[in-house]
Amino acid sequence: MAGTDFNVKYVAHLARLSLSPDEEQKLGEQLNNIIGFVEQLKSVDVSGVEATAHAVPTVNVTRADEVLPSLSHDEAMRNAPKQSNGLFIVPKIVE
Amino acid sequence: MLNQLTISELTAKIAKREVSAREATQACLDRVAKVDGQIHAFISHNDADALAQADAVDKLVEQGDIANRPLLGVPIGIKDVLAVKDHPLNCGSKILGNFVSPYDATVIEKLKAAGAIIFGRLNMDEFAMGSSTENSAFGITRNPWDTTRIPGGSSGGSAAAVAADEVIATLGTDTGGSIRQPAALCGCVGMKPTYGRVSRYGLVAFASSLDQVGPFSKDVRDNATLLNVISGYDKRDSTSVNQPVPDYTKALDGNIKGLRIGLPKEYMIGGLDPEVKAAVDAAVKQLQSLGATVEEISLPHTDYAAATYYIIAPAEASANLARFDGIRYCARVDGADPIELYSKTRGAGFGPEVKRRIILGTYVLSSGYYDAYYLRAQKVRTLIRQDFLKAFEKVDAIITPTTPTAAFKIGEKSDDPLQMYLSDVFTISCNLAGICGVSLPCGFTKSPKLPIGLQLLGKPFGEEVMLKIAHAYEQSTGWHKERAVIGA
Repeated sequence: MAGTDFNVKYVAHLARLSLSPDEEQKLGEQLNNIIGFVEQLKSVDVSGVEATAHAVPTVNVTRADEVLPSLSHDEAMRNAPKQSNGLFIVPKIVE
Repeated sequence: MLNQLTISELTAKIAKREVSAREATQACLDRVAKVDGQIHAFISHNDADALAQADAVDKLVEQGDIANRPLLGVPIGIKDVLAVKDHPLNCGSKILGNFVSPYDATVIEKLKAAGAIIFGRLNMDEFAMGSSTENSAFGITRNPWDTTRIPGGSSGGSAAAVAADEVIATLGTDTGGSIRQPAALCGCVGMKPTYGRVSRYGLVAFASSLDQVGPFSKDVRDNATLLNVISGYDKRDSTSVNQPVPDYTKALDGNIKGLRIGLPKEYMIGGLDPEVKAAVDAAVKQLQSLGATVEEISLPHTDYAAATYYIIAPAEASANLARFDGIRYCARVDGADPIELYSKTRGAGFGPEVKRRIILGTYVLSSGYYDAYYLRAQKVRTLIRQDFLKAFEKVDAIITPTTPTAAFKIGEKSDDPLQMYLSDVFTISCNLAGICGVSLPCGFTKSPKLPIGLQLLGKPFGEEVMLKIAHAYEQSTGWHKERAVIGA
């Protein structure tokens, strides 16, 4: 598994990341190496072991549902690459 | 020279009005002007803004409003991954373009309230991915002890700025060693607090379950002072843990008699440089002579830490970095439809290491591979954490080298990502286990003279004991007083 069937083009599409043909080739080789390295985890017996998602176990962290001040509209728009009338402008999504 | 002082020394002088915050800040600005051309610790800095902050602190001093300000007039540099209101934020990347932070990170609010001068944006590996600060879109940072060598990474700018006396202290972040490794290679004190000790609000996330903010300083006492200031529960970060914050400086009494320190046999590996090993062996003897007992322990899953880390961290990164898509921020590259816009923006904005990790992370999370890689890695992570918890039943802290070798040459590992990843082999377990760790100077290589770092690892929320041991060692040796001679 892995290594041999690693399809950079497909994964790059999933990641919404355009790559040049050179990058695709170089990344493919490097990632085959890295995946070969992480394959060693297959030799660890993990039967009956729970997964750790958080280093310090915390359960159902909630807070009061109250309205608090947040960024102003202008501040939130401050770094917009393209905006008009206080809205983010994006390419057409639906025909 | 005021820029050479520690936090304790400088704040005492400012409180007594022997010097002003403006004079201290100016001393740092002068130092930056003099040496940063050779070091390049800073991506940018705004001198007028720093001096204005200093003047505001001097006004507080004039009004006698100095209580509860443990960082009174102390210039502190900030890694370019933490939000400071109205300052640029780039994460060492091109992709953020001209981004300016609309708000302060929680740690920055706390530093400001404590009287600090927030100064400059410190260089780093792009999005904190790297071990050498060679992955920055803003150029490399050089090690003050030898400018042909790397300062470590990803917080290379934070370490180099302290080692070069450009600021009194700095903040960095540590996901797999990104504070402790550069601290070791530049000869300063750097700590990764326990996961959840410090709020991550306003920290641009790399791997959310591993990231922690921490201090770089010239000695252990300053590190404890900074930890006092930045620690604590924050309702804006639901992963911060609601535990009381002790005064960490109170633990620094030099008395480590009877404390038990573990030496993991798995860390004495083949790639360990003989001079590093000798320095750590000598540190063990020194701690014994101070009254601690040192015993061999075992962390049997150590060998799997690097592989576990290089699944979990890229997986979390690939999800976190999805937000850099060119819609609400970023240097946008237009496309015919949103998907083309995202892909082009990200393809043009991210550097090679970030692309590598996004692809790797996306792959290990993708349908059909999730169980084989990501879920399995999270289970091995549990085993690594259990190794530590078991060890801490017997010992109060663990001692290891911080890095297998002293600082390597610029370019030496940049073409081989796997070799670069293995330079973190002693630091990554700490993040996976969620415990705390600190690196402090424990000697130098002979020729060239390069700092060697000693790592102490503590229990979850065991920073007091860890810093107590670090402080006792430091005060009995004095390695931390050696300064780099730049341009020699």
